[in-house]
Amino acid sequence: MTVALRIPEATAGARIMAFGDYRPARVVTNDELARTVDTSDEWIRSRVGIAERRIAGDDEGIVELAVHAGGKALANSGLAPGDIDLVILTTCSAESPMPSHAPAVAHRLGIDAPGAFDLNAACAGFCYALATASAAVRAGSARNVLVIGSEKMSQWLDWTDRSTCIIFADGAGAAVVTASDAPGIGPVVWGSAGDGFDKIIIPDRHSFIQQEGQAVFRWATGAIAPIALEACERAGIAPADLAAIVPHQANLRIVEAVARKVKASNAIVADDIVHSGNTSAASIPLALSRMIERGDVPSGAPALLVGFGAGLSYAAQVIQIP
Amino acid sequence: MAELATEQQILDGLAEIIDDIVGIDKDEVTPEKNFIDDLDIDSLSMVEIAVAAQDQFGVEIPDDELRNLKTVQDVINFVQKLQGENPALKG
Repeated sequence: MTVALRIPEATAGARIMAFGDYRPARVVTNDELARTVDTSDEWIRSRVGIAERRIAGDDEGIVELAVHAGGKALANSGLAPGDIDLVILTTCSAESPMPSHAPAVAHRLGIDAPGAFDLNAACAGFCYALATASAAVRAGSARNVLVIGSEKMSQWLDWTDRSTCIIFADGAGAAVVTASDAPGIGPVVWGSAGDGFDKIIIPDRHSFIQQEGQAVFRWATGAIAPIALEACERAGIAPADLAAIVPHQANLRIVEAVARKVKASNAIVADDIVHSGNTSAASIPLALSRMIERGDVPSGAPALLVGFGAGLSYAAQVIQIP
Repeated sequence: MAELATEQQILDGLAEIIDDIVGIDKDEVTPEKNFIDDLDIDSLSMVEIAVAAQDQFGVEIPDDELRNLKTVQDVINFVQKLQGENPALKG
């Protein structure tokens, strides 16, 4: 016997109501790193584009960082904790695989019994989580979603490896997604290149982050711009109409290469990496929060987000600035 | 569409790529120039140039080959050699 199941009515679109960020207090400069590994401020600035990064304290884990950023996004949205019915936390630097972090974050924020899970798409995590949140809202599976990228990369770093310890950093960024008649989150273009699965890797629990820097640089500067352009096309936005380009803050040279190829002549290009380092899944909401706080991008304007990293996974979408 | 290029065409194409990526004037890019010493192009920019050259000339320049390409002429020779070996590009 077949039955007809009832499903919720679909909503036309989803949009971002607000962002929030958290940057740990401790600033680590290039000069400080140069005291322990063979590197220099000049080398790091010219090759990676980082001047300083934030490193979380011993008492700040993935949950703690996420609570700060998520709480700020929630406050900025004007919603009450009880309005949130789904929490998606994206991270690739968890200290433990079980339990997932989203339920604890929700509990700490006073969000009562929401759907809650973690998502790992490494540095593409925020774009994947945002697409998942948008789909959930549009399908009627959730009304308001809190999306948080939270990373403590420092706990997976070999502080004697000058090829990685100068790049990665800690932080968290969050967004509140809600239903909207006019879509404010464009179609996601996502994919993966699994043949490069070993290019950025933590091999096991006793190891640290290892990266084939030049191979990743080659992949990112070649493969990512076409993905970004496809996201613009699918959203019906011409690159010249973009107000901002926010690539994952992997390396300023990659950010600049992607922006150059997208040819968004009127867009401001996110460069939060200069002061925040590479914070993986947190880098895009951290950069957006700073741009909005500084008034760099007007409310309602279209911004292009593109995440890419270990996996190799990538995702891009155009959003409307809240 | 990639096709067999003359030495001059490769030089012109390369000069355009270099201008686009690192902003060096096209006239500066001549065959005898060394990328690092004369043009002040670092290894990351060389990777970007290799990726762009790949799109334009239809030949792959892998990282381990890239290390041996010191001058503009080296790249021209490498592209010509690989294009010559590619049956799809022959008359």
